[in-house]
Amino acid sequence: MLKIADKEFSSRLFTGTGKFNSSKLMEEALVASGSELVTVALRRVNMGDQDDNILLHLNHPKINLLPNTSGVRTAKEAVFAAQLAREALETNWLKLEIHPDPKYLIPDPIETLLATEELAKLGFVILPYIHADPVLCKRLENAGASAVMPLGSPIGSNKGLKTIDFLEIIIEQSNVPVIVDAGIGSPSDAAKAMEIGADAVLVNTAIAVAGNPVQMAIAFKMAVEAGRMAYHARLAKQGNYAIASSPLTAFLDE
Amino acid sequence: MNSFKDLFESHSWDDVKESIYSKTKNDVENALHTSRRTLEDFKALISPAAVAYLEPMAQISQKLTQKRFGKTIQLYIPLYLSNECTNICTYCGFSLDNKVRRKTLSDEEILREVAVIKNLGYDHVLLVTGEANQTVHVEYFQRVLKLIRPFFSQVSMEVQPLDTEEYTALIPLGLTSVLIYQETYHKEDYKKHHPKGKKSNFNYRLETPDRLGRAGIHKMGLGVLIGLEDWRTDSFFTALHVNYLEKTYWQTRYSLSFPRLRPFSGGLEPKVEMNDRELVQLICAYRLFNEEVEISLSTRESEKFRDHCVQLGITSISAGSKTNPGGYAVEPESLEQFEISDERSPEVIAEMIRSKGYEPVWKDWDKVIC
Repeated sequence: MLKIADKEFSSRLFTGTGKFNSSKLMEEALVASGSELVTVALRRVNMGDQDDNILLHLNHPKINLLPNTSGVRTAKEAVFAAQLAREALETNWLKLEIHPDPKYLIPDPIETLLATEELAKLGFVILPYIHADPVLCKRLENAGASAVMPLGSPIGSNKGLKTIDFLEIIIEQSNVPVIVDAGIGSPSDAAKAMEIGADAVLVNTAIAVAGNPVQMAIAFKMAVEAGRMAYHARLAKQGNYAIASSPLTAFLDE
Repeated sequence: MNSFKDLFESHSWDDVKESIYSKTKNDVENALHTSRRTLEDFKALISPAAVAYLEPMAQISQKLTQKRFGKTIQLYIPLYLSNECTNICTYCGFSLDNKVRRKTLSDEEILREVAVIKNLGYDHVLLVTGEANQTVHVEYFQRVLKLIRPFFSQVSMEVQPLDTEEYTALIPLGLTSVLIYQETYHKEDYKKHHPKGKKSNFNYRLETPDRLGRAGIHKMGLGVLIGLEDWRTDSFFTALHVNYLEKTYWQTRYSLSFPRLRPFSGGLEPKVEMNDRELVQLICAYRLFNEEVEISLSTRESEKFRDHCVQLGITSISAGSKTNPGGYAVEPESLEQFEISDERSPEVIAEMIRSKGYEPVWKDWDKVIC
């Protein structure tokens, strides 16, 4: 079972709440996906409104909320947003995302590290969204992140695992769970991420804007399970070798 | 504080051993055909089933080693500072119960030894002692580092395990690398071979690499003494240890060594024999498992074996070694820790390395970045 901080998850598919054409459809898709951790942009939640629409639709016993700091541009803004989120959503879990670049929404590694150091002191369970940078992942782990969320390709691009070589290094080196976030465009991308040993994936756009989001949510659920099972079962290896003579080890027979 | 001990204790020696010996040809072929190998692949590569795959393992090992390290072989040499020791170790010539004259080099004697080593061409050195905390203590090491630092680009140490604070105090004086061998990961057998002295504390030794990591050492070396216990199982635990350390102390470099038990006067017969074929298997298996780890081979091994191993996956080799304090200049005739097998001079070894198409290297990093 996947464990992050003190919480256990039976589903390794994390989801987002943006881009659905209605809150009702979002709810149906997320329930169908079996996801137990759902990220919510703070800016989409109406603070202080008990009947806030999106939260009503996420009120399921299995669904845990993961507020994110989408929209902030600096560590300072992120810390402020985190405190607001903790109060509004009554959780100390946080997806930390800081992108000063409004075009590609590429995360800022320096501000993210600074914010992680600060938020760890304040007792947050921090899941930082970052570029697939192995050294940054180790630095965040040392700073107190509970997991790392490296991107597969630019957010919302559906381009799949463009960073796979770096994801493999991150997975090999990490002592905290690795959640591949951003860029996963199809169930086969999600399965691939799980096959290489990712602990979980976060999918939003590919489900939300699919022709049939509910079916697509189920397809992702199955792909994540299949990929995880394949990882455990250990894939058969490709390739062939044929070496006729023994130039390097013949001396052992002399 | 977290340490390797928790991970170590979650593995049973007997289960690991059984798992290694039950690996099949299919497991070996899978391990050969992948690029990112797991601990299970490593088990397959050191298993009896992999002996039939030695040549393909050697071919891959050579390619991976050249890809990472180029066609270079580093030369290294030990400088034995002291044979005083308060430990009893059944396999060691310096054991407390072994009647040899004890000696710790004075500053003047150290400088005479250093002069010989420098003259051989070396720009780095490995300091070696027994464990005698009353005389050969941190203050002694501080003094020696200050004394010899001007002569070398790097100084490594293979001495008794120290506390984190002690390592922290030595690193700024030019200590770049520490070798600390567990000897065996078989806890009960370890106790039999280390009945007396501080070294009898298995856990303190087991957690030494963690203390070195916390102190921020540049490089550390691990290994077991081959011959005490089943080498395959011991090698798995070494791989598990390095794997853990790389993930935890990720700014440190790691090296491995697998000394085979050598005779000394009144010494122990190996419980488990490892032949040359198996040592080649082990070198290649480590390289296939870990492309970055440095692997060294000492003068314990024979000329012929060392000459061939240069191309098989090792990255450093000792030459001209003396294993007695004062062995280079002060007291060349005193009793050694163990018998040397390959007695060729560093220049002859360097020439052998060149003849294989490799370049001999006499230091680790340049002084300016240490």
